[in-house]
Amino acid sequence: MTTKTFASNGSPRKVRPASPAKKADAFVLRLYVAGQTPKSLLAFSNLKKLCEEHLAGHYQIEVIDLLVDPQLARGDQILAIPTLVRKLPMPVRKIIGDLSNTERVLIGLDLLEQK
Amino acid sequence: MPPTKKKQPSVRQLPKAPTGIQGLDEITCGGLPRGRPTLVCGGAGCGKTLLAMEFLVRGAIQFNEPGVFMAFEETTHDLTNNVSSLGFDLEDLVRRKKLVIDYVYIERSEIEETGEYDLEGLFIRLGHAIDSIGAKRVVLDTVESLFSGLPNPLILRAELRRLFRWLKDKGVTAIITGERGDEALTRQGLEEYVSDCVIVLDHRISEQVSSRRLRVVKYRGSTHGTNEYPFLIDETGFSVVAVTSLGLKQEASTKRVPTGVTRLDAMLGGAGYYLGSSVLVSGTAGTGKSSLAAHFVDGACRRGERAVYFAFEESPSQIMRNMRSIGIDLQQWVRKGLLHFQATRPTFFGLEMHLATMHKAVTAFKPHVVVIDPINSFIIGGNEVDVRAMLMRLVDFMKMKQVTCLFTNLTSSGTSGNTDLAVSSLIDTWLQLRDMEIGGERNRGISLLKSRGMSHSNQIREFLLTDRGVDLRDVYVGPEGVLTGSARLAQEARETAAQTAHEQDVERKRIELEGKRRALEAQIAVMRADLDAQEAETLSRLEQEQGRGRQLAKERVSMGLSRKADVGGKTTGQRRQAE
Repeated sequence: MTTKTFASNGSPRKVRPASPAKKADAFVLRLYVAGQTPKSLLAFSNLKKLCEEHLAGHYQIEVIDLLVDPQLARGDQILAIPTLVRKLPMPVRKIIGDLSNTERVLIGLDLLEQK
Repeated sequence: MPPTKKKQPSVRQLPKAPTGIQGLDEITCGGLPRGRPTLVCGGAGCGKTLLAMEFLVRGAIQFNEPGVFMAFEETTHDLTNNVSSLGFDLEDLVRRKKLVIDYVYIERSEIEETGEYDLEGLFIRLGHAIDSIGAKRVVLDTVESLFSGLPNPLILRAELRRLFRWLKDKGVTAIITGERGDEALTRQGLEEYVSDCVIVLDHRISEQVSSRRLRVVKYRGSTHGTNEYPFLIDETGFSVVAVTSLGLKQEASTKRVPTGVTRLDAMLGGAGYYLGSSVLVSGTAGTGKSSLAAHFVDGACRRGERAVYFAFEESPSQIMRNMRSIGIDLQQWVRKGLLHFQATRPTFFGLEMHLATMHKAVTAFKPHVVVIDPINSFIIGGNEVDVRAMLMRLVDFMKMKQVTCLFTNLTSSGTSGNTDLAVSSLIDTWLQLRDMEIGGERNRGISLLKSRGMSHSNQIREFLLTDRGVDLRDVYVGPEGVLTGSARLAQEARETAAQTAHEQDVERKRIELEGKRRALEAQIAVMRADLDAQEAETLSRLEQEQGRGRQLAKERVSMGLSRKADVGGKTTGQRRQAE
């Protein structure tokens, strides 16, 4: 198994938002990756930038590396990597890909109308 | 040494993973290619999922190869319920770590694509499931749903190609199911990626009756049966009717089974059919096929044997009523539990289901004799080939079980030696009933077309249905042809008259002769009496003569004595007598 080598590479596991203050409409986001592939890294940086821009202060990002916790793939029905799951607010939404199409990410997160 | 023995047949053969599915392993010469993916494709509802599931379940139970079922279409719960009707307890297998069912849920509307992605998540899930129980077998059912659930088919194609390669590297024997496409084998052309073994399932409706078939389209590096094989799905799961695989290894019995009609037994070498043979009774409408079948069943039950009557045209009560009219009471055997009727319309379900139900009834009831009345009603449209295959399978099965089987077959054209089904090669004893139209009436005739392995009569007999059952009579064959019915009776009367006249003639001649003899004897008696009388007279005369001679001698002696003559006097006396 290659899990260990990838995990020890210090993949971004849990990243706390800059401001931990919780609001009623807090966003709980979960990013599923499989090791530090270029696509995963790109997705993570895209996500971070986007959240800072649109959700500053009320979001939470959890990064799950499936190479470390493969059993978690089943729970959120993950097939594609990277996948961003919006756990909150409900309903659950899934966004796949490296998140480089910002407009589609915003639509996926239901943020486009808020603008 | 067992290892060398085991190696020998598979010297140049691919390693294979037996499916445990009846018939499929024969067709594929041992199973699916081990460590490689196999594509199973077919239309909706043709049994892909079931085949795949049975592959896993049997693998887990019979071959100790745990399996992973990745379901893209049905939830774990649905799947468990669906196959529980086939006797598969998935929950138990999951508990014993023999099986992992992973339901993959994809909903297009919930997914937003925002750039490049891959299916690493799927790989990880599958890899995790495989590793968690050490699975040797994997099923992906139906992986093509990814195409409807995820955007960007180009990525999907590349990823699927990678997936199949990955499965090979993992060394698992995999089944990938795919929905049949319009032109290609699968909608998404999966056959391009999975090219080691391709099995196509088919569910055809012909004349409103469905039949299922299976075909191994391709099997790299192995020989395989190339035909389309019918298969069935019943309570015991999937079974492929691999006709060619049955072989001809049945034991041939020399025991005989009476036909129920004494004179018919006599036609068949005096003892009846062979045990475990297949008998065909063919004939046109109303020639008494069912009656002969009823006799056969009745005879078996009378001997205390068990019988199953598969009726496809009449209901049991109708058969029993009709047979009562010729003096056969089948009801009593049903009541005693010796006879079992199973009546269905041929159109009720497909051929394979018929085969399966017959199979089941025979296995459950363990009959000695079986009647199938009639076989031609299975022919609906142009499915003769299927029916023939089914009958072949049935005959082989019956032979294996040593069940004597009687089929009836309605033929359309009078006396031709063909059945509508080319089943004659399956049949050991073939009785033909026919109509004979002579002198303005129709009569029935019976003849033996063939009877393998016994000397049998080659004569046509007249076949009478009386109120005491079937009766066979000799027919008259003369310059006027074959005579039956009243023509036969007339001929019989004529012959009786001629016979009587002849007998009388003989008697008269005998009496005449007797008279002559007596007259002659009387004459002889008279002559003998005459002779006797003459003889007596002659004798008495001789006696007298002799008496007189002696007297003379005496007188001479006494005279000599008185004359004092010497002994020489005797000589003189004798000489005188001679003079």
